[in-house]
Amino acid sequence: MSTAKPKLRFVKTDSPPIWVRPLIPILALVGTFILTSGLIIWAQANPFETYYQFLIDPLSSRVSFLEVLVKATPLLLTGVAVTFAFATGYYNIGAEGQLFAGAIVAAGLGMWLEGWNPVLTIFLMLLGGFIAGMAWAAIPALLKVRLAVDEVVTTLLLNSVMAYIVSAILNGPWRSPELGWPQSPEIADNAIFMKLVPRSRLNIGFLIAIVAVLVLWFILTRTSFGLKMRAVGLGKPAARFAGINVNRTILVAALISGGIAGIAGVCEVGGIQYHLIGDLSPGYGYTGIIIATLGSLNAWGVGLAALFFGLVDTGAQTVSRALGVPVYLGEITQATMLLVALGMFLLRRYRLRRM
Amino acid sequence: MEIFLVNLLAATFRVSTPILLAAIGETYSERAGILNLGIEGIMFFGAFIGFYVADTSGSLWIGLVAAVLSGVLAGLLMGLLSVTLGVNQHVSGLGITLLLTGLALFSFRLNYGGRSTPPSIDPFTQIEPFKNIPILNTLTNQYLLTYIAFFAIVPLAWWLLYRTSFGLKIRSVGENPEAVDAAGVNVFAIRYAALAIGGGLMAAGGAFLSLAQLGAFTHGIIAGRGWVAIAIVIFGNWDPIRVMGGALIFGGTYALQLRLQAMGLQLPVPYETFLALPYIVTIIALVIAGRNASYPAALLKPYRRE
Amino acid sequence: MSIVEMNAITKQFGELVANDHVDFFLEKGEIHALLGENGAGKTTLMRILYGLYRADSGVIRIEGEPVEIHSPKDAIARGIGMVTQHFALVPPLSIAENVALGYEDDFIFHRRQIEKKVGEAAERFGISMDPRSLVRHLSVGQRQRVEILKALYRNARVLILDEPTAVLIPQEVDALFETLKRLKKDGLSVIFISHKLHEVTNITDRVTVLRDGKAVGTVKTAEVTQGILAAMMVGRESFGVKRQAEALPAEKPVLEIVDLCANDDKGQPALKNISFHINRNEILGIAGVGGNGQKELAETLCGVRPPTGGKIICDGQSLCGKEPVQFTNAGLGRIPEDRHEGMVADLTVTENLALEHLDEYTRNGVLDRKAIRRHAEELIGQFQIKARPLDATRTLSGGNMQKMLLARVLSRSPKALIVPQPTRGLDVGATDYVRQSLLDQRARGAGVLLISEDLDEILALSDRIAVIYEGEIVGLLPAHEATPERLGLLMSGALKEK
Repeated sequence: MSTAKPKLRFVKTDSPPIWVRPLIPILALVGTFILTSGLIIWAQANPFETYYQFLIDPLSSRVSFLEVLVKATPLLLTGVAVTFAFATGYYNIGAEGQLFAGAIVAAGLGMWLEGWNPVLTIFLMLLGGFIAGMAWAAIPALLKVRLAVDEVVTTLLLNSVMAYIVSAILNGPWRSPELGWPQSPEIADNAIFMKLVPRSRLNIGFLIAIVAVLVLWFILTRTSFGLKMRAVGLGKPAARFAGINVNRTILVAALISGGIAGIAGVCEVGGIQYHLIGDLSPGYGYTGIIIATLGSLNAWGVGLAALFFGLVDTGAQTVSRALGVPVYLGEITQATMLLVALGMFLLRRYRLRRM
Repeated sequence: MEIFLVNLLAATFRVSTPILLAAIGETYSERAGILNLGIEGIMFFGAFIGFYVADTSGSLWIGLVAAVLSGVLAGLLMGLLSVTLGVNQHVSGLGITLLLTGLALFSFRLNYGGRSTPPSIDPFTQIEPFKNIPILNTLTNQYLLTYIAFFAIVPLAWWLLYRTSFGLKIRSVGENPEAVDAAGVNVFAIRYAALAIGGGLMAAGGAFLSLAQLGAFTHGIIAGRGWVAIAIVIFGNWDPIRVMGGALIFGGTYALQLRLQAMGLQLPVPYETFLALPYIVTIIALVIAGRNASYPAALLKPYRRE
Repeated sequence: MSIVEMNAITKQFGELVANDHVDFFLEKGEIHALLGENGAGKTTLMRILYGLYRADSGVIRIEGEPVEIHSPKDAIARGIGMVTQHFALVPPLSIAENVALGYEDDFIFHRRQIEKKVGEAAERFGISMDPRSLVRHLSVGQRQRVEILKALYRNARVLILDEPTAVLIPQEVDALFETLKRLKKDGLSVIFISHKLHEVTNITDRVTVLRDGKAVGTVKTAEVTQGILAAMMVGRESFGVKRQAEALPAEKPVLEIVDLCANDDKGQPALKNISFHINRNEILGIAGVGGNGQKELAETLCGVRPPTGGKIICDGQSLCGKEPVQFTNAGLGRIPEDRHEGMVADLTVTENLALEHLDEYTRNGVLDRKAIRRHAEELIGQFQIKARPLDATRTLSGGNMQKMLLARVLSRSPKALIVPQPTRGLDVGATDYVRQSLLDQRARGAGVLLISEDLDEILALSDRIAVIYEGEIVGLLPAHEATPERLGLLMSGALKEK
């Protein structure tokens, strides 16, 4: 035990200095790019050029900027969906399956409601998708609150089950007659989401996603249900002691979470694909978990993280086209950023101090 | 009918093998107090590394060893996050799954490009110890790795956990790390070791699929088997022998589905029903067994002295 | 020469200085008490000696030789053993496995051999038990003996016991003292952490008193009285708050408990047909040794543990099988035994203060944030809580947390109050504050149920005293009839007055 020599050490602190907060994402970003640059060099590309193509180039043209917003749409929705659950301490890893539940209903309604008023059709698709996502999320949620079955495992397993349901539908009743391909017939014109900007893919799905972020913000910070959610998520015994019905709060939050994930599926079918296919989502439900975590379960954070990940997804395609770096660089970047940020979050709890 | 059953049983052992290896790996992680949701990604990465190294080196066994090593490294990464940094185990495990999935696909694309026909290798062949005895022949006509998994890995895993000091420490850190620390044992080291063993077994499970069962690497090669393994660990109450039972139940349902498909019967339900069946059975088993499950008391809890 | 010398040990946690240049010397073959109030720094000092904490500065010598103790492993190697307050045992494992854990380090665990060795060691130290039994099945007293055996099995020459009697009934305390005296004869040195004066004077040779992280002094036990030790420990008159024996208005029950039964976490009966009532203007104290059903009684009366039978009637309203909301709405004020289970540490003080009655601050589902804020500011002022409204609750000191919980409850003028262990772990100032508030509530007309393991607290505040033993009320007597001797007999189960 050395004596009285002043030294720097990390000290646990309850009130981190304010400058730490914005620093975390920046440090996470830098850390991530240092870690992933090895892969870029392995793919025989120049890291600096790659990062330029990755993060700057998509913002430089109008077309690709709108594409960033298109890519961000499902991520905003799944990010919000996951946040609803995680903020309540319910680990819904099933947004992926719930998204497909919404997509199936959207594709079905989009076909059957041919000739209806477009606004009504789209409203019904959204409503149907919300209910479908909710229904699929209700299975693990009820198992959790009634029988105390761990939701992490059940939601994960139900994602696989949903993948087979989609496959069964696409290989069976909805097998596209023209293509002979596991892809559903196109939805009717009146079911196609209105464009926000002509001759782009940006559609009202993006607005719906923004509304979802606002709703999340409002519920979490301005309503008594939101306060109950946070109380349950941060301390179940204390919430119960204060008279909050813990199971009901978890159930409702889980259902909202599933419903919003279902809306993500509706927006992909109605706004982008116009039909149901097996790879409608390249894992948006899982990316939503990263986004919710990086956004610290806070509406603005989730919004920013989703927009940034929209950029990463767009940039990964640019990089793949321009430099031949496999498009999976996008996923690797997102996952690495999560892991680096998780480590960085600890910085908030510590403070350098001279002893 | 008899032949159907024998074939079914033989197939059960075959398809249970990867799940069994991964589930034993997860048992070790969870016994030490760490839920490793990286399992799905570690299996996927193991399947890729096994395939890639076997393809480039020309030796299936070198491929297998490389896969196991990749799993050990992944386990240590989980240790860095969940043990040293003490971050949320759910999120860090999923992060590892996403990272390793991305890495495997990235490397696969880089090495094999976007070929229309997936590359393949000559996989492990099955051994036939009882060539001339009718039923026994079918039953025992298995991969060597299946024999190793059932007759070496499972007993060894049980023995290590219940009959050695190391196993005693693993079981203790998962229950009460404070007690282990107070007894002068390094909690972190034990947890890292359990995660490394676990990661190696998970990757071996993935490599079994690419090196034995398929002889190829595809995007859907793991298809949620890692998540099934996690459910089986709960079902098996964190005991290697009972976990083996759980793996066989899943394997049996899966094999049944394969046999029914292979028979080409016209069924009133889509064949996906049978593909989904093992997952549904697993959920039901979890509901029944999970109620009496005695989770390791320190599962999900990072250990800190202050 | 001292076997252990600790010189100028300093340890800081954030802003708090837990040990401030503490000196401590332990002689070979003595039982040495480390006496002090909660939070005086006793446990911190010993955790440093055992390698669970690192001191910021200071020197430790073992038999004159300076040593670095980085971990319990180092401490064990130096012959130091510690029995912590929360036992460091692994419940699903056997006694032998617990004792051997980390010590018998052959790769293969020779179960039979080790069981035999542990059994022999137990006999040698006069602690007889079956090494094959699972720790899960042992009583608290037995578990403590396993902990002592664990230390001795590792050839400990110095044994640290952290508040060893807190969880024991008097007979077990006697047995423990017998064991310690015998071990002392064999040359063992014992450090006995305590805040109970009569135990310290009973068993120890010397006493070192700590106060606010500083060593006040070391004295020979035989040369001091309990009064002198108390003065050293507290630095001022203790128990400043006391009930006045004045008569208050006529008896009228506000809370009636009839034949209440409940199970513990393992599903075993923990409360057996408990019946009593509390009147207006009355404090009813429930005395008892820890672990006799106090926790379950408190939780059942707070509405967070479902009773298996019986009635809870608050002001004429039956509450059995109801949700916590209905308990508060019936006019019952509740504080949890563990402060941290009463508030969400990561929410703000403002949010926690409103949490119990959110509906009153909600219009169409939307929070009236101004009203909540005003409510918080009022309570912070009125109850002198040292916090700002938007501080995260986790940043509050124990005393301020307790004030916050009291504020949340008392601002509603409850008809009856349930307060389990209300001053546990608080410093003197906060303790006095809490006790005075309870007396104020009594004067206001509330009925107070005070569940406490601190007999002095029960005697200072209660009008009537009930004693709980193994889930039963074994005696109920007015305060003026309650002598410590009679309560002691009841608490140990030696006497039943029902």
